[in-house]
Amino acid sequence: MQNDNMETSQRSIMHFDPKAHEIALSTEDLHVFYGQSEAISEGDLQFERYKISSLIGPSGSGKSTFLRSLNRMNDRIATVKGKIMYRGLDINSNDIDVYEMRRHIGMVFQRPNPFAKSIYENIAFALRQRGTNKKQELDEIVETSLRQAAMWDQVKDDLNKSALALSGGQQQRLCIARAIAVKPDILLLDEPASALDPVSTSQIEDTLLELKQNYTIIIVTHNMQQASRISDYTAFFNMGKVLEYAETGDIFTNPKVDITNDYISGNFG
Amino acid sequence: MNAKRIDKVATGILYAIAGFVVIILIALLGYILVQGVPEISWHFLTSPALAFEAGGGIGIQLFNSFYLLLLALLISLPISLGAGIYLNEYAGQNTITGLIRTTIEILSSLPSVVVGLFGYLFFVVQFKLGFSILSGAFALTVFNLPILTRSIEEALANISDSQREAGYALGLSRWETVTKIVVPAALPSIITGVVLSAGRIFGEAAALIYTAGQSAPALDFSNWNPFDISSPLSPLRPAETLAVHIWKINSEGIMPDAKAVSAGASAVLIIAVLLFNFLARWLGKRLYKHLTAE
Repeated sequence: MQNDNMETSQRSIMHFDPKAHEIALSTEDLHVFYGQSEAISEGDLQFERYKISSLIGPSGSGKSTFLRSLNRMNDRIATVKGKIMYRGLDINSNDIDVYEMRRHIGMVFQRPNPFAKSIYENIAFALRQRGTNKKQELDEIVETSLRQAAMWDQVKDDLNKSALALSGGQQQRLCIARAIAVKPDILLLDEPASALDPVSTSQIEDTLLELKQNYTIIIVTHNMQQASRISDYTAFFNMGKVLEYAETGDIFTNPKVDITNDYISGNFG
Repeated sequence: MNAKRIDKVATGILYAIAGFVVIILIALLGYILVQGVPEISWHFLTSPALAFEAGGGIGIQLFNSFYLLLLALLISLPISLGAGIYLNEYAGQNTITGLIRTTIEILSSLPSVVVGLFGYLFFVVQFKLGFSILSGAFALTVFNLPILTRSIEEALANISDSQREAGYALGLSRWETVTKIVVPAALPSIITGVVLSAGRIFGEAAALIYTAGQSAPALDFSNWNPFDISSPLSPLRPAETLAVHIWKINSEGIMPDAKAVSAGASAVLIIAVLLFNFLARWLGKRLYKHLTAE
């Protein structure tokens, strides 16, 4: 209990001034349970529009669980309590159309997971399911999405090739292209570069910095250099709690909480 | 003995066991083919069987085998697909699912002669379908369902969850994800499973003796009206298949060349089953290549 008190007293969480910043997504008092055990307690964050926010923390700190709760990918696995506010709606409530909501809040996963279809179909498929049928329109969206993911020039002649024949880095960029093709507002990325080599990683990072102009990006990363390179804000998770949330520069140079300092200096995690 | 020596001995023993299995298989196949292949001719494959004279063929039986196979697959594939999808994609981990799985396991270990007798009582007698293609197809469905369901369920289970997540993350519903992403990705192994089960159906005799019957009345191959009893397509005519024919010749065949007909028919049967197996491998590989490469 003493430990608990110390942690709460040591929390430092930034809240935005609503007049100065536009908030794309925020959570209020989010709790996530796997069965009886609580994975996230008191998740309370706001994400500014058109910025990149990183979620960092040691393994098992709950950052991925938190991210996956934001577009309700945890629905069948865990119980999520609390509010997730998006455009004035609590998207964690029961009467939300989850499928519709996920078109606004897209996601890219740790391991590239292209469909066993052609490169073109990987992108066009979900659009067609939602009624975009005109060949010309589909062609256009496929091209812009691939351009935004910075891979159009490499694959424009191979659009009918199977996506599974691409390299890991290209597959992951295809997954990003696929996610932005449905034109979401917010892009959630769960350690998108952790399975990739350094060159692919830096390409993905460049892509994200480019995408930031049109998308609000929330990214979970194990790589602290990555967080400091690309993100505007960083939240530090430990043992299911957000201990610190600040501008990335502040968190890395002047952490307010001891544990954050320990973590970013590599003393644990 | 040291570890290295033990390993060598073990390797030798395992090779010997594997070799033994292969030799049995080759000897069996070789014997059947050597005995039977000389009997196979175009005449043998196309002409009807003769009960009392030499020179009969297996044409009608061969046609019956394929027709029954087709009907049995037409009935069992949609059911197995539905059951496989339910079990792997929709069913929760609870007692009811466990019960269904146990039922399927029991059903798959049922001896085929029991399936045949059940088919006789249920389809032939109770539903008054008589000895007919339809009764046979239903019996084969009972025989085939559990195995096909299991193989489809396994094919679906081999598709990584990350594929499903990818679908959900794009705002697709579970149904869309299953039908448009998971099933297509599992198609190569589903098709392999279907073709392999086709081989098993094709060679099945015991389940058909009392359902599809042991007689092959003459067919009029110019009559394609399925409601006419002499039409090859008629589902209500009795239809002795190749496997049943072999069994029958060997137990009560009185034609003078019974031995030769039996040998030839066995060779045709085994070649067909082998073809199904090769076809399954080839199709599976091809589809997989098609999905993963250009």
